[in-house]
Order: sequence, then structure tokens, then C-alpha cells
Amino acid sequence: MPKFILITGRTAGQGEALPKGKESEDYRQATECIEMNPVDRERLGLQAGQRVRVRTAFGEAVLVLREKELPEGMVFVPLGPGANALIGAETRGTGMPDSKGLEVEVEPLCG
Amino acid sequence: MWIENVVCPFCGCLCDDIAVEVEDNRIKSVKRACSNGRSVFLHAPTEARRPVVDGKEVDWPDAIDAAARILMKSASPLIYGLSSTASEAQRKAIALADLLGASIDSTSSICHGPTSIGIQSQGEPTCTLGEVKHRSDLVIFWGCNPVEAHMRHFARYSVLARGKFTPQGRKDRTVVVVDVRPTLTARNADIFLQLRPGSDYEVLITLRAMLKGARLDVAEVGGVSVAQLADLVERMKRCRFGVVFFGMGVTQTGGKHWSIAELVALAAELNAHTRFNVMPMRGHGNVAGADCTLTWQTGYPFAVNFARGYPQYNPGEFTAVDLLARQEVDAALIIASDPMAHLPRQAAEHLNRIPTIVLDPEMNLTARVARVVLPTAIYGISAVGTAYRMDNIPLPLKKVVNSPQPTDEQVLDWIIERVKT
Repeated sequence: MPKFILITGRTAGQGEALPKGKESEDYRQATECIEMNPVDRERLGLQAGQRVRVRTAFGEAVLVLREKELPEGMVFVPLGPGANALIGAETRGTGMPDSKGLEVEVEPLCG
Repeated sequence: MWIENVVCPFCGCLCDDIAVEVEDNRIKSVKRACSNGRSVFLHAPTEARRPVVDGKEVDWPDAIDAAARILMKSASPLIYGLSSTASEAQRKAIALADLLGASIDSTSSICHGPTSIGIQSQGEPTCTLGEVKHRSDLVIFWGCNPVEAHMRHFARYSVLARGKFTPQGRKDRTVVVVDVRPTLTARNADIFLQLRPGSDYEVLITLRAMLKGARLDVAEVGGVSVAQLADLVERMKRCRFGVVFFGMGVTQTGGKHWSIAELVALAAELNAHTRFNVMPMRGHGNVAGADCTLTWQTGYPFAVNFARGYPQYNPGEFTAVDLLARQEVDAALIIASDPMAHLPRQAAEHLNRIPTIVLDPEMNLTARVARVVLPTAIYGISAVGTAYRMDNIPLPLKKVVNSPQPTDEQVLDWIIERVKT
């Protein structure tokens, strides 16, 4: 299973959807996605718009794949419930979880 | 009716030039705000809402009584959030934490908590955004993406702003972006240094070493050529007024506060050559105020515990993620924040197990699992209050519509009075 480096963060879409409510369709679409560069996407045989299962040592999430200009080997997930499922709660005495730089697996969703 | 010079309460930019059109106590349109700010004003709830206890609507005295009972019964309560409320309410939340012997933490612990820890060890060469606008000729964005998260930062304060000594705005500045991915902010840079993920610390100590004249026997550090790093050091030394804005790309990666301490030390050492500052890009509208208010009340910016009758500070022990993940709190009061949506699931799920009280204008994900929901007015839209911009400048928030809801400050006052009796 190929491993990627996971970066989580804010996006304009996520920020704009926040005041509309976390149960709004806009917020769901803005946050329940994962961005990957076209080279990695093709190597995995995935299509943009396809649902994928994303897994770290701490949890997993089902997200919609989007193509984006990113370095090879890196994926990006906007802040939201998907990112929270993937990040662990260990803070190494800082209060801050490792929200960027986790190792993550991406596979097509079967069934 | 148009109301001018309104402060947008959404993010740490606190843009104070917004115009809001109000008719019949409803916001009709918004001028000059970014898409985030516009969304905040246009989607602000103004309808009357009653408090909810155990899923049933109740009157305010009953709701306050239920909240106070939960907190008084708790052996180890947590008060968390604070970043989207006014400093007047933050002060009351701290008074309540003191009264209860509670832990109190803000969302700073999952954004710029490591910045506070780094600054505690190194000091903070800092300035106001006004100085950046009027003086900066070298602007570096490190691990932050203002084009998507602080959309008017470029225009009002940093890249494009025309000031007394920067009359040509963008032409008077060199813009450098340091990031692990080509963000929209990076596309606006003169120089983009793309780091290998997790290498901020080694790149920062390399820059410090080069500033001190060290010669390196490697070709690259963190994915960036030594020639590019040498060029950056020269630009930093030669500028008139430099500033590094930094974000979660640094605070949430690898060395966290160690990286921040290196960044702050680099800026401090550059002051032997020129004027150089650092500034964290603060996310929520008054998250800087949470740090300021907690600091002037307790001596510490976040992760504070009153169990011994005096404030103790310990990130990793009294921070929300740790307290919740280790199940060390038995009740929670969440103010103007949504930890169910923003904390790692392993930490947030403890809020399902313990009685939780929510003060918030919105019906958010935490309110869905809370035992007591106290719907309040929105500071900056339906209530006046004070918020601190990302450069720690306090600004008065206006009220543009009337709300039937009480403010966070009033509700906290009621809870304090009930706990005292």
C-alpha cells in the first residue's frame, strides 16, 4: 500500500461554508475531500470525484478525491470531520496534535 | 441603512472598514468583506432561540440552574473555546474557572499554542500591522496561506498595502513564501521555497548559522539549495524592514515550539543588521484576545488550571486535547467553539461521555451532544465587545442588529452568581 504524507489545513471553501453551519451541504463538500496530484492519482488508478478510503495509525475516513497541484507523495485534507478522524490525540507535551506530516494510506473504496 | 466602519469578527485580521446594510433588523448586504466575512454577516442567526436542557427547551433561569449544577458537581471541569467571543466574556470565563478550580484552555492550544511556548523561551520581536503596511519591504509568509485563510491581509496590511514609506505597495516589496506545497499564496510570491515536509527546524537553524557566517558543506537543506538559502539571508540582512508571518505549517509540524523558537531567534538576531519582526497569523477573530486576557488575568496564555486555588500552567497537561483524550475532565463548558468539529476524534469523543454545556450563537456539532445549550448573541454582529487583532491591538466590535439573545458575558455572569449561591 503506497504511503503519503498528510497535510491538513484551512481552505477558502471551508472558511466560507463555516457560517452556513457544519450540517450544510456546502460544509460537507468543502471538508470531506482529499487532494492529490495527477501523477500519484494515475499511478493508483484513481479518478477525480471518486470516493477513497484514507487511513492513518489513528483512524480512517472516506473522502472524495480531487486533483490538485501538490508535490508527489503528499495529500491535503481540509480542516473538518475527515481530518479529525485521521489525526491522533497525542501531543507530546505541547497540547498540539501532529496535524501535519502524518503517514497516510489511500485506497479506492470498494463496495 | 448603511453602517460604516464595522469590524468583521471572523478572523484575526479584524478588518475594520466593512459596510453593512441593515433593514428591519436584518442584514441585507455587505461591502468590502472577503467571502468568509460576507458569509459571517449574511448567515448570522437573528431569530429568538430558547436554551435547551436534555433535549427540551426551557427558560433561562432553569437552564442556568442546570449548567451551574453540572459545574458544581464536577470534580474536574474544563472550560474551553474562547476564540470567537469578546474579551469581556473571556474575563468572566476565567473568573468562573477560578471559582470552580477548573482547567481553562482556548483554541490557541491547537493553533498557536506552540508559538506562545516558543516566544516564552526567546522573547518576541514584534510590531503592529500598521508598521508592516507603512514600512515593510521584505514580507515572508512561512507555513501560512493568507490567500485562503486571511483573504484581505495582502490588501490591507502586507503585500499590496500602500503606506508612508511604501507608496507603490506591491512594487516596494519583495514577497517570499516558504511552504511544503504550492499554495495560492505561493503563486503571489517573488520567491517560493518549497520545503520537504517536517524540515522547518533544520532550515531555520541553517538560516541562523548562515547569518552568523557559517559555511556549509552540503548542497541543500530541507529540499532547498544552500544557494537559495544564502540569497534569502542576504535579502533579510539588507531589507529596511522585514517581517515573517507564520502559521500552522510551523506550529503543527514536527518540532512545533522548537521551530518557533528558532524562527523568533532568527528574527531577533536580524535586528543586529536591520529591523525585523515575526507575527503569528491568528485564525479566529479573538483568539489573540484569549491569549491576552488569560495572560493579564493569570500570567499564562493558555493551558491554565486552578485546582490548587492559584493558576498553574502546563501545555500537554492542562490543554484540551490532552485533558479530553486522557479522560481527566468530568464536565465541560464550551464557549464559542466547536471541539466536536475541530479536535481529533479521539479527544472530542469524551465530550459524548461527560455532561457538556455549550454557549454559542450557532447550533454546532458540540451543541448536538451537549446536555445544556445556551444560545447567545454574536459579538460584532448582535453585541458590542472587544476583540484583539493578530498584532494584539484591541478593537471595539460594533452591534449592527439587535438580538433577543443574551451575550456570553451576561450568561457567564448568571452562572457565576448561581454557583456562588
